Amino acid sequence: MSTVDPYAPSRETTEGTVFSVTGGDWDSLVQEIGATKEERVVVNMGPQHPSTHGVLRLVLELEGETVTEVRCGVGYLHTGIEKNMEYRSWTQGTTFVTRMDYLGPIFNETAYCLAIEKLLGITHDVPERASVIRVMMMELNRISSHMVALGTGALELGAITPMFFAFREREIVLDLFEMISGLRMNMAYIRPGGVQQDLPTGAIPKIRDAVAQMRKNFKDNSTLLVGNAIWLKRTQGIGYLDLAGATTLGITGPVLRSTGLPWDLRKTQPYCGYENYDFDVITADTCDVYGRFLIRMNELEQSLRIIEQALDKLEKLEGAPVMVLDKKIAWPAQLALGSDGLGNSLNHIRQIMGTSMESLIHHFKLVTEGFHVPAGQVYQGIESARGELGAHVVSDGGTKPYRMHFREPSFNNLQSTAAMSEGGMIADIIAAVASIDPVMGGVDR
Amino acid sequence: MFGAHGTGDTSGYGGLLRTVASAGSSERPYGGYFDDLADDLERAYPGFSGAIERVVVDRGELTLHVKCEKLVEVALILRDVLKFEMCMGVSGVHYPDNLGRELVAVYPLLSMSNNRRIRLEVSVSDSDAHIPSLVEVWAGNNWHERETFDMFGIIFDGHPGLTRILMPDDWAGHPQRKDYALGGVPIEYKGATVPAPDNRRSYT
Amino acid sequence: MGLKMGLEEKIPSGFLLTTVEKLAGYMRKNSLWPATFGLACCAIEMMAVGSAAKYDISRFGMEVFRASPRQADLMIVAGRVSNKMAPVLRQIYDQMSAPKWVLAMGACASSGGMFNNYAIVQGVDHVVPVDIYLPGCPPRPEMLMDAILKLHEKINVEKLGSNRAQVIQEVELAAMNATPTHQMKGLLA
Repeated sequence: MSTVDPYAPSRETTEGTVFSVTGGDWDSLVQEIGATKEERVVVNMGPQHPSTHGVLRLVLELEGETVTEVRCGVGYLHTGIEKNMEYRSWTQGTTFVTRMDYLGPIFNETAYCLAIEKLLGITHDVPERASVIRVMMMELNRISSHMVALGTGALELGAITPMFFAFREREIVLDLFEMISGLRMNMAYIRPGGVQQDLPTGAIPKIRDAVAQMRKNFKDNSTLLVGNAIWLKRTQGIGYLDLAGATTLGITGPVLRSTGLPWDLRKTQPYCGYENYDFDVITADTCDVYGRFLIRMNELEQSLRIIEQALDKLEKLEGAPVMVLDKKIAWPAQLALGSDGLGNSLNHIRQIMGTSMESLIHHFKLVTEGFHVPAGQVYQGIESARGELGAHVVSDGGTKPYRMHFREPSFNNLQSTAAMSEGGMIADIIAAVASIDPVMGGVDR
Repeated sequence: MFGAHGTGDTSGYGGLLRTVASAGSSERPYGGYFDDLADDLERAYPGFSGAIERVVVDRGELTLHVKCEKLVEVALILRDVLKFEMCMGVSGVHYPDNLGRELVAVYPLLSMSNNRRIRLEVSVSDSDAHIPSLVEVWAGNNWHERETFDMFGIIFDGHPGLTRILMPDDWAGHPQRKDYALGGVPIEYKGATVPAPDNRRSYT
Repeated sequence: MGLKMGLEEKIPSGFLLTTVEKLAGYMRKNSLWPATFGLACCAIEMMAVGSAAKYDISRFGMEVFRASPRQADLMIVAGRVSNKMAPVLRQIYDQMSAPKWVLAMGACASSGGMFNNYAIVQGVDHVVPVDIYLPGCPPRPEMLMDAILKLHEKINVEKLGSNRAQVIQEVELAAMNATPTHQMKGLLA
């Protein structure tokens, strides 16, 4: 071509011709690429792309439509959360971790709080009601997270309707979250030693109604997708990753269970009293995108079962404490929320301000400085919606974490993109990435 | 009871300098499955006493402090003989006051066959921060080691492509080390002047 | 699209301009197409606005989130912008065709939010000009819709040509004459 195309200028490099496509006329670009007589094309995809699940960048090497190499570029959402937490008290840390994997805030908080409780040595002092509420919240969160995974996954493969159904269900869960914690997302509801506040009055019947409603609604999406010929063509045999590959890459969660291994930390290394609930670990043996889709669909029902059992337990534990009794650790949480929306009841304020100087000092110190955590390090893994979420916490004995590190399942599982998609077609990368369900907030932290 | 040590600064802008007392090594019996595990490891690995500096059992978790040069050997034995199929990544920790052992890499391992967990710890000096890479042993460590390099500057020898992963390629420094400031801009609500956007902190 | 794009070069002056302004504003505000620029938590709430039947942004003719910046005229920066992402964000903004507007959704996009550290740009206005800031962490879907409707109002009365230059001058003058922050007393006055 003699004239320079303003939308697709090209330049020569040692690696070959590089085209910078910024939109506009694709015809001239195709012409020019056709003239290079080379089949191999390297294409950059993302970080702003509608089908890459957030700000994921993929560098693809293509021979025609076949993918020969995939490289992931991550870090576009790196937030420095781990570093920032070293400058805040242990309780304030929950507000940071909740914003990491923003589809699974409750999982982040629980992993973090369980790790702190292990460091404090109060794992067995956490009241049962708090543990049951944690389990219920985690399972609700699993539903809302799987709903986004299914909805966006379907959307990325070109099916729009499942997205509407999925977000309808997600809204039901978010309404429950709002009723319980006051926030739809990023709740910071699980706190070291318990939960931030007890369930509001009338919560249990409302959750029961929601569970019944969701059980009915889930059928909409399964009728749409399970066995759907187009869906099968896009997902069956795509994104293959077997057990050996998953193990060496450290893959956990639905992707690991799609290889047929029933590995679920809720069963194998129970926490928060998961051993007292009756539920099944869902597996598939197809090692492909369809298997992972089916696992997520079926896990929804298992989550509903756990929630129902948790509600039965909560009814028996009505009025029990939701925070450890040790006042040196317990955030002043057992307070009724006033009608003005302020946290402390007037009686409490009157007591600490008027009668007990020590209470006032205690309250002030606990809130401004926080509690001390004995020196040491622990690792606590829990089964989040995406796999093993591990919190590695190091304390120096102070009121702030010395080092926080999260082993994020999204970060780890995203490594399998290359193993899943190399040798396949370019369109199948989207399916493979969607089936991993990476959340970039979790990947980059 | 709350005893504020040092400045008691909670804002973080005063800089953080803290010393950490490392836990001493534990004596047998370790309790639980840890004794079995240690026995198995000693049987399978004749060089145990030469490679393992310390065994620490704390809060129901077993930590092996491994000599840097023996790390790959120990890892292979743990993977092949003791069935620790998975490595849950790498977590770097920076102890600037622990001279000669400033940088620590922590590897939590998981055995799905035996449902056990163990932790490996390797420490190196800041001036010679080289640790052999475990990517050949557990391929999933690839990104984790890149992240630890990015954040702490630990160089993993033998890694197939040790580049920055989270920070931009041209970033200077390793942000999660203790000698790296938190960054950001100081915030004042009263008496503050907000400069025009083109005069604010520049991002280089 | 004829009235939306390339209008500024061909506008008349005088009282005819006011008429054109009204017409253009009306049309622009009712055909706003947002670009998908989902970054973090806020993006999920943005998706809820787009696809949950409860919120349903198609009532305002905006349900078609465009993946290509070339086809969009509203950029909703939904989430924290890292230093690594900032150049990408600016490139996408530059690719959008004028007239274009930017909505900084959430505390992080507006000011850096709680992440005042090495990784996060302290407010997306360091990188692109922002038309409307939306607080919240994350803002509720209703808040996003409210912000978009407020932006509609702004677009509706937006001036063109010489009138616009005059408005810009007035705004600058007002900003220069305003009480500096450090002299503001707030409730202490």
